[in-house]
Amino acid sequence: MQPFRTHTGTAIPLDRSDVDTDQIVPAEYLKRIERTGFGPFLFAEWRKDPAFVLNDPRYEGATVLLAGANFGSGSSREHAVWALEDHGFRVVIAPSFADIFRTNCTKVGLLPVQLPAATVRALMDAVLADPAAPLTVDLEASTVAGAGVEASFEIDEFTRWRLLEGLDDIGLTLRHTDAVAAYEATRPSWLPATAPSA
Amino acid sequence: MFRILVSCSTIWNKGETGSAERPPGRRWSGTVGQTLSQKVWEQHVVRRAEGEPDVLYVDLHLVHEVTSPQAFDGLRLAGRPVRRPDLTVATMDHNVPTAPGPEDPTSVRQMDALARNCEEFGIALYPTGHIGQGIVHVIGPQMGLTQPGLVIVCGDSHTSTHGAFGALAFGIGTSEVEHVLATQTLRANRPGSMALTVEGDLPPGVTAKDVILGIIARIGTDGGVGHVLEYRGSAIRSLSMEGRMTVCNMSIEAGARAGMVAPDDTTFAYLEGRPHAPKGSGWERALDHWRSLATDPGVAFDREVVIDAAELTSYVSWGTNPGQTVSIDGFVPDPASFHDPVRREAAERALAYMALEPGTAIRDIRPDTVFIGSCTNSRIEDLRLAAEVVRGRRVREGLRAMVVPGSMLVKAQAEREELDRAFRAAGFEWRDAGCSMCLGMNPDQLSPGERCASTSNRNFEGRQGRGGRTHLVSPAVAAATAIAGRFCTPADLGVDVPRAKGA
Repeated sequence: MQPFRTHTGTAIPLDRSDVDTDQIVPAEYLKRIERTGFGPFLFAEWRKDPAFVLNDPRYEGATVLLAGANFGSGSSREHAVWALEDHGFRVVIAPSFADIFRTNCTKVGLLPVQLPAATVRALMDAVLADPAAPLTVDLEASTVAGAGVEASFEIDEFTRWRLLEGLDDIGLTLRHTDAVAAYEATRPSWLPATAPSA
Repeated sequence: MFRILVSCSTIWNKGETGSAERPPGRRWSGTVGQTLSQKVWEQHVVRRAEGEPDVLYVDLHLVHEVTSPQAFDGLRLAGRPVRRPDLTVATMDHNVPTAPGPEDPTSVRQMDALARNCEEFGIALYPTGHIGQGIVHVIGPQMGLTQPGLVIVCGDSHTSTHGAFGALAFGIGTSEVEHVLATQTLRANRPGSMALTVEGDLPPGVTAKDVILGIIARIGTDGGVGHVLEYRGSAIRSLSMEGRMTVCNMSIEAGARAGMVAPDDTTFAYLEGRPHAPKGSGWERALDHWRSLATDPGVAFDREVVIDAAELTSYVSWGTNPGQTVSIDGFVPDPASFHDPVRREAAERALAYMALEPGTAIRDIRPDTVFIGSCTNSRIEDLRLAAEVVRGRRVREGLRAMVVPGSMLVKAQAEREELDRAFRAAGFEWRDAGCSMCLGMNPDQLSPGERCASTSNRNFEGRQGRGGRTHLVSPAVAAATAIAGRFCTPADLGVDVPRAKGA
């Protein structure tokens, strides 16, 4: 995973609430068995509408996505995060996120930034007025600055450290293999196993 | 009556530092003053450290073809084995065709990848053509693998289904799938607890699907974010295991991390004798443990919602998220009636997509298609109820209707009971098992503009096929609607549906 420290880029306003992961990447594109190359399928249906904000040339090259509440609801598909990342986004800012989507973001290195609805509204209004306004998202300081807005956000310490260092969880957990083995030794024998029963 | 109580004091928060000091070896003994979900969580903590998410042990990992190939690739790249293939099981469900016909080569490639991965890593697989194949959330309970008190994960958001047994069951993404394959653990922060109590007798004709649609209509699609929901109260207790699965299945549609029902005699009766259920003295020990899991008396949840069962009715969704739902006796709402501008705008967008006019009576809406299936409503009780409604009747002319059983064993059982004959005679298509039109990854899709009464779980734009319009309903309403050609209940057709146990 690529470390995330500070990112400066322009932002694009996706002014809709409850954007579900079926919209972020429709199911028909989930048949690929690779992890890369999902960018072209990002918001595949909505992009067919010429008026959709992702088709607005003024926002071309934006790396920060501003969205409405409950972003990323529905399906657990990590493909949604892969598509956002592959398209070039490094940060998503929203008033709230669906839990699984938020977790998926932090595993991939796309930074989910939760800010109060009024702050997100102010950011959207600012970039609607000036699409070229750059935003700086500083994970170390946990701040967002730019477009006339300054705000700080919360993120749990462990996730912040992991993103700053670009560490993946598996390597970290494998350091505790002894604890896993010790736990396994305490598991009752009647618990189910999946091997076909005799 | 509908009230939300937000409690300031939570045992869990108070216990955070104390529980970290709990000596190991007490994991499987009962603890005092905890909710069901807290008990199961605490019993699975492998490691807890200040400032880190807990490392939780995973008892059962369910795998399917769509969210796993990249995880297996990750293992191969790092040279890592699957730690516990004996706690992992796979099936093919999302992509599988449910009728003969040309196969999509990309779907075939994904299913082949799963078969190769399972062989390479030693994982039991129920592939297409196997009698054990089916929707991952149907086969786990069916085999008796889903048991109370387990931590269960799957790369699918509807993993919440398994909470019906008192298991703590999370949907996870592919990175986490890889993490579980490699370590048999999940790293996660402790969720909040939320009680959803439905008290009283459900009115006649109101089913489990209506209970959960009614709940989501009240608390919204983000009402459960960050929380594990515990469904409680006499109306929940009266539900069969299949009904409880329907309720827990859609916990994610309320944004919840998981949904649970405390295990009771209904749970134990369902499990006893299933292939993977404990046997002999193991069964007795398991029962002792399972009986200790219920939320302790007097424990305060972080949030509590109480719903009077008598207020629930049959529901139909009108919009493009599951919270946009009204009574079948109701009308398509006027977006102007929403005070919250975010909800108002969402309603305007939804009505434009759904091609519905405000004020339209729900009973006047005419679907083109009826889909009975999905991990929400494809079990034998769902099919029995729907068959009862359509038996001796005919699907409205011009309407397409299909039944997709949740597993090949459900299909076989239905055929033993001759339910397939009732469906076929009425004009329904009778298919093989799979996720099918719930998400349209196989050829079972809506066409642009096609309107569907669906027993599935999501009415998102394009979910059932590009441009398709989905209305979420119970199997009872779906079946009756197929006959009438417009939304209606079995009672409208003069069919007396027994008081809800399942469906």
